[in-house]
Amino acid sequence: MPRKITIEPVTRVEGHGKVTIHMDEDNQVVQSRLHIVEFRGFERFVQGRPYWEAPVLVQRLCGICPVSHHLAAAKALDVIVGAGTGDGLTPTGEKMRRLMHYGQIFQSHALHFFHLASPDLLFGIEADPNIRNIIGVAMEHKDLAIQGVMMRKFGQEVIKATAGKKIHGTGAIPGGINKSLTKEERDSFLKGEDPLNTDKMIEWSLGALDFFKTYHKANQQLVDNFASFPSSHLSLVRKDGAMDLYHGVLRAIDSEGKKILHDVDYQNYTEYIGEEVKNWTYMKFPFLKEIGKKDGWYRVGPLARMNTVDFIPTPLAQKELEEFKAYTNGKPNGMSMHMHWARLIEILHSAEQMKDLLNDPDIMGKDLVTKGTKTNEGVGLLEAPRGTLFHHYKINDHDQIEMANLIVSTTNNNIPMNLAVESVAKQYLTGHAVISEGMMNAVEVAIRAYDPCLSCATHALGKMPLEISLLDKDDRLIDRKNS
Amino acid sequence: MEKKVTFTIDNKECTATAGSFIVDAARKNGIYIPTLCNYDGVKPAGSCRVCTVKVNKRHLTACTTPVAEGMEIEVDTAELNDLRNAVVELLFTEGNHYCPACEKSGDCELQALAYRFQIMAPRFPFQFNERDIDASHPKIYHDHNRCILCKRCIRAVKDKDGKSIFEFNNRAKEVRIKLDDKLGETLSDELALKAMEVCPVGSILVKEIGFKTPIGKRKFDRIPIGTQETTEQLSHKEEHHE
Ligand code: SF4
Ligand code: FES
Repeated sequence: MPRKITIEPVTRVEGHGKVTIHMDEDNQVVQSRLHIVEFRGFERFVQGRPYWEAPVLVQRLCGICPVSHHLAAAKALDVIVGAGTGDGLTPTGEKMRRLMHYGQIFQSHALHFFHLASPDLLFGIEADPNIRNIIGVAMEHKDLAIQGVMMRKFGQEVIKATAGKKIHGTGAIPGGINKSLTKEERDSFLKGEDPLNTDKMIEWSLGALDFFKTYHKANQQLVDNFASFPSSHLSLVRKDGAMDLYHGVLRAIDSEGKKILHDVDYQNYTEYIGEEVKNWTYMKFPFLKEIGKKDGWYRVGPLARMNTVDFIPTPLAQKELEEFKAYTNGKPNGMSMHMHWARLIEILHSAEQMKDLLNDPDIMGKDLVTKGTKTNEGVGLLEAPRGTLFHHYKINDHDQIEMANLIVSTTNNNIPMNLAVESVAKQYLTGHAVISEGMMNAVEVAIRAYDPCLSCATHALGKMPLEISLLDKDDRLIDRKNS
Repeated sequence: MEKKVTFTIDNKECTATAGSFIVDAARKNGIYIPTLCNYDGVKPAGSCRVCTVKVNKRHLTACTTPVAEGMEIEVDTAELNDLRNAVVELLFTEGNHYCPACEKSGDCELQALAYRFQIMAPRFPFQFNERDIDASHPKIYHDHNRCILCKRCIRAVKDKDGKSIFEFNNRAKEVRIKLDDKLGETLSDELALKAMEVCPVGSILVKEIGFKTPIGKRKFDRIPIGTQETTEQLSHKEEHHE
């Protein structure tokens, strides 16, 4: 019989990022670290709870991408209720879930690009922070601000129609979904009043891509060199190598594009992925076992996905992918700021996907749930907006969760984000004993490119509540800045 | 012919069948008195005190008190509303009610009352009482964290000989609902579903059907508690987990 729940530690969910930078007497950066929140608490909360509660309970760890957790948990439970490992749902169950997921990717990426990232691009990294925020964007680039808001709204409405609520819905249940779309709901997305319809969303996605490419052309140095470093990349891909954000096999490649993980079944992820613990942060460090702890880290997220997939199965996004890949002559792209480019290609792909799914009559089907022979363990993975998300559950004979392990996207990007911080710290801080606001924002920009899922990343005005401490070699504080 | 009596509720002239309980008599006259432990068709227990009204200036439970000629009943007064709020708030602090992940959310009468009363936070400190979960039964999942000890399950879920399938175990703070050892073994699917329906909160759950009803189709998504329709709905014991 399960037991009293003790949560240790209870802290670290306050949604703050902290960076510490160590400098020696010559003002050289010797070490920099990003300390951020972790969600271990939830892996304890769910112990003893009935398994079917997990998709609804666990998504509460996040208000930004709850749908990803909702679906990853449901996918793991599909395995437990005997509905197969990604191929056993009814067409309606599967397609409703996909629609929910692409709605989520679409709105999350739109939020990130338009609200959080665009101020840096429009006004410059070192611009006055009083203008460099979404209000500034709204004042000076009204069209862009409106598009950002409406694209987010469209995605949110899709989530509401599939999950029941815009945030923290209940749509995905073990083995399927609890509703399908009515014809009215479906039509409202396909033929909704301007601008809230799929065609407009596709058009605006293309527009955002144009905006980025123009910016890139004008600021090539910055975009290509800022926090740029090679890495391995990991994501799910469809069995044929296509981009599939909802389901697939695990593929990892090295910085030269050579495969490290050869499209393996994620039910056995523990054979391939290890997790290391360090004493200065609650966040774990996942690594590819094949390579080992030291060098086995990898990137996940939009940039990684552009690198791992062979093609994108929607025509407009495929064209963009070709251009993206051509920029590095087909070699994996390690430029952190290209994450924005990649994200926009995914916005376009999601819009195309939503349109296809909505045009499929299965989306209005009535056969919602599959069940088979129960097992006591299941793993669910998907490509969340920020990267590969792992959910793993074991249940006891009484249907209670006994073990839960989550590897969230941001955790997968732990080392890359630390490297990005280090690279920018070295570039911007070397030789300075005092940190200016612009330098601090440069560090934020590097972290922001990864769209880390700190609740602080949604801090509405385009600023993360980030604290930066500058320490000398004896750990004495030289300077500190709070944004 | 049934004998009719005349009385007032908040100064409104009402009539009802003599001997009917105040809650039912009020409903017949279009007046809602909040209840929680009361369940239509089952002998009232008067255990939760949510239905407290004043009859001729005395506090009484409306679910157990029959109307009588000339009664002056107060229902919707600041004092009584505050008292009802307090009772609901106490229940929230005594158990461990975590609505966001509860599958009864939207179907839960305790939650619905809290919404109706617009309770933002309880005035009493949370007790964080240690309660456990009994998942050992093959059909029923029993979350003691949420039990408000209303005895509805004991009173309403019976076998064909009229024997209660649920019972109280232990005393005082340790009181827990449990299934009768023998009758629990042969619990039918139908009675299991009935138990879940009867339980006003998410304490008795039938396994593996959680979250089947989408948001928007749950009992109190459609009509808030205390509207006429809801009262009727509850009395028809509508099946929501179709
Ligand atoms: S289990 Fe439900 S119906 Fe039974 S006493 Fe507890 S709250 Fe009331
Ligand atoms: S409803 Fe009357 S005491 Fe509970």
